[in-house]
Amino acid sequence: MKASAFSYVRATSVMNALELLAAHGDKAKVLSGGQSLMPAMNLRLISPELVVDIGGITELRDIAVRGDVLTIGALTRHVDLLKSPEIAAHAPLLTEAIAHVAHPAIRNKGTLGGSLAHADPAAELPACMLALNATIIVNGQAGERRIAAEDFFKGIYETALSGHELLTAVELPVARGNFAHFFCEFARRHGDYAIAGLAAQAVVEGKVFMGLRMAFFAVGDRPLLARAAGRLLNVTVTPAVLSEVSTALAEELDPHGDQQASAPMRRHLAKVLMARCVSALLGGPDLNARGSV
Amino acid sequence: MPISLKVNGERIEALVLPRLNLADFLREHLKLTGTHVGCEHGVCGACTVRVDGEIVRSCLMLAVQMHGASVETIEGLSDSGEVADLQAAFRERNALQCGFCTPGMLIAAQDLLKQNSEPDRERIRQHLSGNYCRCTGYQAIIDAVENTARARMGRQS
Repeated sequence: MKASAFSYVRATSVMNALELLAAHGDKAKVLSGGQSLMPAMNLRLISPELVVDIGGITELRDIAVRGDVLTIGALTRHVDLLKSPEIAAHAPLLTEAIAHVAHPAIRNKGTLGGSLAHADPAAELPACMLALNATIIVNGQAGERRIAAEDFFKGIYETALSGHELLTAVELPVARGNFAHFFCEFARRHGDYAIAGLAAQAVVEGKVFMGLRMAFFAVGDRPLLARAAGRLLNVTVTPAVLSEVSTALAEELDPHGDQQASAPMRRHLAKVLMARCVSALLGGPDLNARGSV
Repeated sequence: MPISLKVNGERIEALVLPRLNLADFLREHLKLTGTHVGCEHGVCGACTVRVDGEIVRSCLMLAVQMHGASVETIEGLSDSGEVADLQAAFRERNALQCGFCTPGMLIAAQDLLKQNSEPDRERIRQHLSGNYCRCTGYQAIIDAVENTARARMGRQS
């Protein structure tokens, strides 16, 4: 289908975009890369009266490292993340995850900020933000708000962002020497939305997790940090420990069923992902040998 | 809204409605019907074109966003001879039947071959994963791209 009629304006700066959003409220929609907004408009799931194109605001495109913080501008495209040496060095989880985000033609336009503000529960980047302990920076006319990724995603396509605010950047702690990461997703076709997926970052010393953030996606109404993962810290992970934690994970999750997978299948896949993740991060034996999942 | 852009090297000035997408602009306004419209929500890849040298979905771009940009369609790539060998390989390997996906396939495959002169079959599959073909079962398409890559390598050495 074709999008219904709308007015279009190119924002010239963040301030200009905020003025436009304040003036038009919920009738306006922000266009960055358009790779989620345009399909929704073409399917007439949404019909904004005004499209505010922020694509030309070059100040939102930077990737910068200052001290221990990696700052990524909201308009950084997926392809920029994929090819950036700074991202590969300081947030390698993102480099790996991006290859699973849609297809090359989409990655050439889609942006980090767009993906986060859209908040599809099956999308990779929101989960990565949780795993990486990101801070989401949003601007409104009243000033800046800094929101922890865990508090940013509220539900299916729902975030802490109000209609008058603009997501301008994310900040990530720089990955250090003993950081390890893991990314895996199950999808029908490479690049499709996941049936179930996991992005994780860990601090590993010897064969023990000193830190572990496991962010599951496509198994709930938003990306979820697994609380059960906390039980893997500071212990020797044996098949029995993993089996127990894996059961706790399954109880914690409340996935939905759809044409792609039933709820029990998603729960099962989450357990499989957890086992693969633990095994990969500890560089260890197949902890699933007993068939615990 | 007034827009000024280049299409296949030619300067175009046009007045368009904001809701007009790039695929429809190319097809309806410029009569460049090699760009196909399939799903209209970014899944099928039939509308793939190049904007400023990079492949994009023209159904997910507004014509007004193209102000100042340079767009290349399958007509441009075909007329310049840039994809002549790839087209010949598709014909040779029967990598098309109905041909609906072919313009998008050719543009996406050419994009890969520009970035990676010696892709393996898995890499080719990955790069073309955003382009649906409902006739061939893909094997022949992968063959054609692989053969073209090899032939181009051979010519260089």
